[in-house]
Amino acid sequence: MGLVLPLLVFLGVTFLAPLATMLLRSVHDPVVADALPATLAALREWEGEGPPPEAVYEAAARELGSAREARTLGQVAGRVNRLQSGLRSVFTRTARNLEDVTGGPWREAMAGIDSAWVDPGTWHAVRAAGERFTARHYLNAVDMQRLPDGSVAPQPEERRIYLPLLWRTLLVSLAITVFCLILGYPIAHLIAHAPPRRGNLLLALVLVPFWTSLLVRTTSWIVLLQTQGVINDVLVAVGLVGDDGRLSMVYNMTGTLVAMTHVLLPFMVLPLYSVMRSIPPLHMRAAASMGATPAQAFRRVYWPQTLPGVGAGSLLVFILAIGYYITPALVGGSSGQLISNMVAYHMQTSLNWGLAAALGALLLAGVLVLYLLYDRLVGVERMSLG
Amino acid sequence: MTGVRIGRFAHLAFCVVVFVFLVAPIIVIVPLSFNAEPYFTFTEGMLRLDPEAWSLRWYREVVENEAWTRSLANSLAIGISATVLATGLGTLAALGLSSPAMPARRFITGLLISPMVTPVIISAAGMFFFYTNVGLAQTHLGLILAHATLGMPFVVITVVATLSGFDRNLTRAAASLGAGPVRIFRTVQLPLIAPGVISGALFAFATSFDEVVVVLFMGGLEQRTIPRQMWAGIREQISPAILAVATFLVVFALALLLTVEWLRRRSSA
Repeated sequence: MGLVLPLLVFLGVTFLAPLATMLLRSVHDPVVADALPATLAALREWEGEGPPPEAVYEAAARELGSAREARTLGQVAGRVNRLQSGLRSVFTRTARNLEDVTGGPWREAMAGIDSAWVDPGTWHAVRAAGERFTARHYLNAVDMQRLPDGSVAPQPEERRIYLPLLWRTLLVSLAITVFCLILGYPIAHLIAHAPPRRGNLLLALVLVPFWTSLLVRTTSWIVLLQTQGVINDVLVAVGLVGDDGRLSMVYNMTGTLVAMTHVLLPFMVLPLYSVMRSIPPLHMRAAASMGATPAQAFRRVYWPQTLPGVGAGSLLVFILAIGYYITPALVGGSSGQLISNMVAYHMQTSLNWGLAAALGALLLAGVLVLYLLYDRLVGVERMSLG
Repeated sequence: MTGVRIGRFAHLAFCVVVFVFLVAPIIVIVPLSFNAEPYFTFTEGMLRLDPEAWSLRWYREVVENEAWTRSLANSLAIGISATVLATGLGTLAALGLSSPAMPARRFITGLLISPMVTPVIISAAGMFFFYTNVGLAQTHLGLILAHATLGMPFVVITVVATLSGFDRNLTRAAASLGAGPVRIFRTVQLPLIAPGVISGALFAFATSFDEVVVVLFMGGLEQRTIPRQMWAGIREQISPAILAVATFLVVFALALLLTVEWLRRRSSA
C-alpha cells in the first residue's frame, strides 16, 4: 500500500483535482453575484412584474460603475447576455453613459439610456445570472431552459443543439464499433491461427498504426480523401468519376467515420486476437468430424468462445469513440463534429466555460458508466497493450 | 468442398483489403513528402519517376525552420521529464498492486488506469481550470505533470503484466539471505521486470510525444510541441512540410514498435 501511495497522491493533484474543479465549474459561477451584490439583494424585494423599485436601479447604477472600473463589466455583461441576447451592449453602453449622470432618480436615467431597463425580462436575466450555484448549464446542455416563472421547459425546436449532437455522437460511435468489428474479426482470426512467424508479422501490421502518431494518421486520411487527393486522382485516372464529379470524402461525416475506424481498429483487433489465440483448433476439427458444416461449426462452437473478446473490443472502441476529439476536429468539417468538439468550442471560442464543463461532466458520466461495465465484464486489470 | 475453398479465399481476400486499409494510409505519405511541388498528391513527374519531380525541399524547410526545431526541443524536454515521472511512480505503484497484501486492489487499479479511458478533452478542460488556478498553465512544469498523468496508466499496465509472471520465491530467497527491501528491488526484482518497465516508459513517452489537446488548452507559445505545430500545420497553413515531419514520426513509431516487441520476446522467453 505504501508503494501505491505516491502515485495516488500524484493522481489526486494532477487528475482528480482538475476533474473536481471542472465539476464545480459546471454548477458554480460567482462572477455576477460578486459584481452586483447590492443589486441582487434589492431585486429580492421585487415581485417579478413591471419594473423593479428605485432601490434596485440605484444599486445597479452604482455597481455597474464600479464593475466598469474593476474591468469585470465585460464578464458580467457576457454572462447576462447568454440568458437574454442583446444585453451585453445595453450593459456596456449604460455603464459608460452613467458616468455623466450625477444623481437620481436612477430609473429614469437608466431607462433614458436604454428602454431595456424597464423591461422585466432584463431583470429576470440579471437575477438568474446572479445565482452563485446554478443548474442552468446542465439545463442548457440538455436543451432545456428555465422560464421566468421558474418552470423548466424544452428549448424551442430550432434552438435544440446538444441533444441531437449527443444522439449523433452515440450513433457514430456505434457505427464505428460495428465497422471495427466487421473489419477486425476476420483479421484477428487470421493472425491468431497463422503459423507463429507469419502471425507475428501480420500482428506487426496492426501495431504499426497503433504506434503511429494520431496526427500523422489523420493527415494521411486528408491526403488520401480530399477532392484533389490520391483516391480521387486514381478514380479520375481510371475513369470511374469525371474530373468535375470528384467525391467529397473528407471534411464531412465520411471523413470522421473512415479516419476514426482506422484509428480505433487496433483496439478491436488486439483483444479479439488474444481471446482467439486461446481457442484450440481442435474444437473446430471436432465439430467438423461430427458432421457440422464450417458455417455451423463457426456459429455454434467458435463464435460463442470469442464473445469475451468481442465484448472487450467493442466496449473499448465505443468508450474511446464517444470522447474522440482530434480526428473529428481535423477531418469532420461541420457535419462530422461530435460532442467533444462542442466542449472544445465552448472552451476556446465562445468561452462559455460553465456550459463546456456541464457538457464535459455529462460525457464523463457516460464514460464512467461504460468503464464500470467494462470492469464488470472484462476486468480493468486485464486490459493489455498489444 | 469448393464452397469451403471459396469461403477461405473470400476470407483471405477480405483480410488483404483490411491490411491495406490499415497500412496504406501510413505508407502513402512517405513518397509524398519528397514532392518537389507544394501539392498533397502525386504529380505526373513523380509517377514518371522523373528525378526533377522529387526533392528534399520539405525536409530542408523543416530543418531550417526555427518553429519546428524549437517544437522538437520542447517535445523532447516535456516527453522525457513526463516519462521519468510516470515510470518512477507507475513502477512503484505496480509493485504495490502486485503484492498479495494489497487492499482494494481492483478499485485502485481502476482509478490508476482511469486517465487512459477518460476522454482527453475532459482531462484537458479540467486541467486547464485547475492548473490556471494554481499558476501552472502555460508552463513546462504544468505540461510535464499533465503528460505524466496521461502516460502513467501504460506503465502500470505493462509492469503489472510483467509482475504477474514473477516468482515470489525469488524475493523470499533474497530476504532469507539477508537482503533488505531496497537491495532486493535493485538486484532481484528490477532486472527481471526491466523489460516491462522499459516498454511502459516507451508507451508513456509515445503518449506525451503525440499529445496535442492538453498542449492546445494549456500550453503557450513557449510550450509549442511537435504535435501542436502539426495541428497548426493541418488547420492553418497546409504545407507538405508536415508530410516530412509525419514521415519522421512514422520512422520513429517503427523504431518504438520494434523495441517494444523485442523487449516482449525477451521477457517472455
